[in-house]
Amino acid sequence: MVTQLFPLIVTGAETRRRGKTLVGPVDLQLEGQGITVVIGPNGAGKTTLLRMLHGAARLHAGSIRWACPTEEARHVQAFVFQRPVMLRRTVEENLIYPLRIRGVAKADARAQARDWAERVGLDQMLDRPAPALSGGEQQKLALARALIAKPELIFLDEPCASLDGRATREIEEILHTAAASGTRLILSTHDMGQARRLASDVLFLFKGRVHEAAPAESFFDTPQTPQARGFLRGDILE
Amino acid sequence: MVDLWQGLAQAFWMVVTLDPELVEIAARSLRVTLSALVVASAIALPLAAFLAVRRFRARRLIIALLNALMGLPPVVVGLIVYVLLSRSGPLGVLGLLFTPTAMVIAQVIIIVPLIASIAHQSIRDLWQEYHDLLISMNVTQWQKVRTLLWDARRALLTAALAGFGRAIGEVGAIMIVGGNIDHATRVLTTAIALETGKGEFALALALGFVLIGLAIAVNLSIHWLSRTEQEGRW
Ligand SMILES: Nc1ncnc2c1ncn2[C@@H]1O[C@H](COP(=O)(O)OP(=O)(O)OP(=O)(O)O)[C@@H](O)[C@H]1O
Ligand SMILES: [Mg+2]
Repeated sequence: MVTQLFPLIVTGAETRRRGKTLVGPVDLQLEGQGITVVIGPNGAGKTTLLRMLHGAARLHAGSIRWACPTEEARHVQAFVFQRPVMLRRTVEENLIYPLRIRGVAKADARAQARDWAERVGLDQMLDRPAPALSGGEQQKLALARALIAKPELIFLDEPCASLDGRATREIEEILHTAAASGTRLILSTHDMGQARRLASDVLFLFKGRVHEAAPAESFFDTPQTPQARGFLRGDILE
Repeated sequence: MVDLWQGLAQAFWMVVTLDPELVEIAARSLRVTLSALVVASAIALPLAAFLAVRRFRARRLIIALLNALMGLPPVVVGLIVYVLLSRSGPLGVLGLLFTPTAMVIAQVIIIVPLIASIAHQSIRDLWQEYHDLLISMNVTQWQKVRTLLWDARRALLTAALAGFGRAIGEVGAIMIVGGNIDHATRVLTTAIALETGKGEFALALALGFVLIGLAIAVNLSIHWLSRTEQEGRW
């Protein structure tokens, strides 16, 4: 069974906190393929935008419409947080958790967990308590735990923020593979190199507003707004 | 002074030779308090989880009430249970007054607020940590509660042990509702009070040793549990 999520149509969507608008109003249409990369300076609202699209941040105005009912859409999405949340369990138990809550039998779940641990290089650590892993290992575990249930769409909030060059390459490989096999990815990053390597299209966010939404090539070659041009040059935006 | 030393020596002897009367009383104490602990945990732990994950109007009120009940003097609890269970009371037909069951009831009332408060705090902390993840995974209410109870199990055990420590050392309430009847409702604390009053220091001291031993054992395990929890963060 494949749930049809896209096109995603966002109209006038807005998230506020104590009366102050954090993100929005956002108008957006996303199609069903590729990797959307969200970029923008610190505090631009990248995390908030991802959470809003995922349905984890309250929508104060506007609408977010999937091609299927929202309730169904929620079940085929996963979210990898900027600060990984580790269950106070072993690495293996963290990996099988999303499968177990979906009713996958234990033996089957454990086999898949071993497979994914290997892919992200954690196969030697299956019995270690997850909260005791290093920051980078936790991010890899969080990624594997998100992918293991084969979601149709994954939100990743700076998935490589505390990884070194090699681990970043490995993760990007995994993300490419996932995208190639049909998983839709929406991720935020600070790393312009990563944005160029991964993006099929780009959302440039500044002060809570989407200033540009464009295919990656045209965005990087000919950014349309002065803010985006400044950001790509490395200017400090005010 | 001679009396005291004699008493101590005798008491020590009673403990090492497992004096039958001492064993009977200690066993009853354990039985009553363990029963109370099981019942109280079955009430307090789900209540704590519920309070931690659900937002409803009366939540703050219930938490405030639990905190207030923690400070309730056990003697007053004893008095209330006595009135309820006494022959002319609303539950008098059950004929429970002066039985171990009455003592269990009193102890349950005394330790439920304590266990629920401690458990609620740790489950709430864990829920804050897990909130975003579990919400994004679309877990059901039931899966959520199960996950929290399981992953907070050490803290919950600590809460239960604290309840055990409070219940086993309590005297006022169970004296009132149990009546300290020989071979029926006499437990460590009430026996100590009685023997001391009679001037039977040897037996009183021996009972005291056992009680202190139990209390120390409980405290050590709480200490050990909370240390392993901090070390592994889980
Ligand atoms: N819960 C909150 N309460 C109040 N303000 C918030 C809250 N969450 C986010 N904000 C504010 O909203 C703005 C956007 O935050 P957000 O975390 O989305 O930015 P970001 O682009 O992800 O930043 P970073 O690159 O540092 O991760 C910031 O100014 C932040 O301080
Ligand atoms: Mg962020």
